[in-house]
Amino acid sequence: MHKPRMHLVASFDIAHLQYLDEQGRASQELPDFATPDTLQALYRQMALARLVDDRAVKLQRTGRLGTYPSTLGQEAIGVGTGSAMDSADIYCPYYRETGALLERGVDIEEILAIWGGDERGQCFQHAPEDLPLCVPIATQLLHAAGVGVALKYKNEHFDEPQRVAVASAGDGATSRGDFYEALNLAGVWQLPAVFVINNNQWAISVARSDQTASQTIAQKAVAAGIPGLQVDGNDVIAVRAAVADAVERARRGEGPTLIEALSYRLCDHTTADDAGRYRPAGELERAQKREPLARLAHYLESAGHWNEDAETELQRELAEILEREVKAYSSRSKDRPAAMFEHLYAELPEALYEQHDELAERGGDR
Amino acid sequence: MAEITLVEAVTQALAHELDADERVLVLGQDVGANGGVFRATDGLQERFGADRVRDTPLAETMIAGIAVGMAAQGLKPVAEFQFMGFIYPGLDQILSHAARLRNRSRGRLCCPIVYRAPYGGGIRAPEHHSESTEALFAHIPGLRVVVPSSPARAYGLLLAAIRDPDPVVFLEPKRIYRAARQEVPDDGEALPLDRCFRLREGGDITLISWGASLKETLAAAEQLAEDGVGSEVIDPATLKPLDIHSIIDSVEKTGRCLVVHEAARTGGLGAEIVAQINDYAFDLLRAPVQRVTGYDTVMPYYQLENYYLPDVERIVAGARAVLDYSHGGGR
Repeated sequence: MHKPRMHLVASFDIAHLQYLDEQGRASQELPDFATPDTLQALYRQMALARLVDDRAVKLQRTGRLGTYPSTLGQEAIGVGTGSAMDSADIYCPYYRETGALLERGVDIEEILAIWGGDERGQCFQHAPEDLPLCVPIATQLLHAAGVGVALKYKNEHFDEPQRVAVASAGDGATSRGDFYEALNLAGVWQLPAVFVINNNQWAISVARSDQTASQTIAQKAVAAGIPGLQVDGNDVIAVRAAVADAVERARRGEGPTLIEALSYRLCDHTTADDAGRYRPAGELERAQKREPLARLAHYLESAGHWNEDAETELQRELAEILEREVKAYSSRSKDRPAAMFEHLYAELPEALYEQHDELAERGGDR
Repeated sequence: MAEITLVEAVTQALAHELDADERVLVLGQDVGANGGVFRATDGLQERFGADRVRDTPLAETMIAGIAVGMAAQGLKPVAEFQFMGFIYPGLDQILSHAARLRNRSRGRLCCPIVYRAPYGGGIRAPEHHSESTEALFAHIPGLRVVVPSSPARAYGLLLAAIRDPDPVVFLEPKRIYRAARQEVPDDGEALPLDRCFRLREGGDITLISWGASLKETLAAAEQLAEDGVGSEVIDPATLKPLDIHSIIDSVEKTGRCLVVHEAARTGGLGAEIVAQINDYAFDLLRAPVQRVTGYDTVMPYYQLENYYLPDVERIVAGARAVLDYSHGGGR
């Protein structure tokens, strides 16, 4: 058979970024932001996220919280992402987000309230423009694209300083059309948007290898014509560096970026899940050796910026914060039943008065 | 003043709001240079620029979803779907997000979005181009569903929809896009949402319909009038939230009512209207409220579509059945 002659019309490479290896050794010169103070602050936020997750699971197990999705093992992704954003940027979170929400200034009490079945938790008092936690898979990536459209438009038409939309999703979300449609539009319209994928290897019980035949998730950016890179998602320095670079490029008008952060879900999907039903033996133990907190602590210790006393003091301080927030959560008054009508529309339509009044009377609102 | 068609009234309303409010953006497939497949956005890109009137990539989920993000940041997107039958990829975004963002965020964010789509049958179009599934949207809390039935109402209701702080699904009956002309002053006067329009007064029976079916419903009323039957014709226009009290006021007068819609019968808006009339006006009824609707079938290809769509004959027969009903008479 004659083999037809063809020529190459496109090619691509996917880079992987890491600063700290699994043992917490610097695998290359650290970026400028990686001062001892900054690294300690990142460590603190990851430690706080871990404590919040741990307590949230315990609250659920004792009937004081609804279903909760822990971020155990993935703290570097949320904290690294959140810390790379300006407060005026807009975050479009998915649902597995403790570290990022803490970085955005969302109260622990609010996080607990959301999962405790109280919609007021979504008020995000200190991040009022961020989108609420988004439960349907990948849909928030399109919201981020839309936010990006608005931010770019407001910069060009209303002279607003350029802000950036940042969204997160899990590896399973990259199988959805919303993901491709968001990347595609962001590429065509060169939107100020950054898409961070927490590749924790599992979409509930479906393993990464059963999710896509793509060698990396980062390369899914290639089809959209936008930059895509992979970072070690257990290395908070790498996550922050990659997201900060993408955010700044977006701010300069250089368009969107897809970032795949490689990590591992060291927990069940949610408190309603039992990963023991599907996780291969030994995988969890191997993954634990790569987890992000110990890695950064090792680095800081070896550089002389962390020790047992500092750890003890930090844990004491964080425990205090946590107790205060859990107490605030536990002593929240219940939302008024009629509140379910109050934010449906800007003004309650007449057609709903009767139902509203019926509920208000049942709920003792009148 | 020149008389304009319903689709021209849509264009006029879009232009008015694009001109009045820089936060208003029009987006969709082919809405730019092409002016939309039905020319509803004709000339708008030329006048307001490609930044305000944007052609999007071909992805309905995306169109529905980015509107949510744009609105959350204070813009007022008017998104066009080319045909109602192609909205469905966007349902997740419209139902799960546009309709819920205000509630989910406890009012700190909202979605002042208009999702426009040409809808309904009767234009000899290919499959999926003739759907009338307004009841899907009318079922969803947080949405408004609006269907204009004349050039003036298209103009006034679309202005109201764009100015409304919450998401509106605006369904344009494409069969009557160019069926009639009317003087529509470009005065920026919006019509009220959530209010019925009484298109004809009469004392014997209330005929309720919306969109293109009103054409046949009004013709049926005319035919009934020849036999001395006075029909009151009501166009709810806003199907959600429904102004049931204006309907009840009419039924109070007539004691008889027929609902006409081209959508399939089961779970259609007619069922809701009948149920609410029973709730509020059962004692006033002199006959059970009846429906003349599309069948519970797939919308047929166009060779059969005129059998599917309610015509004057079926509406008159339906009205006759209501008028001839007598208690205890059985069937």
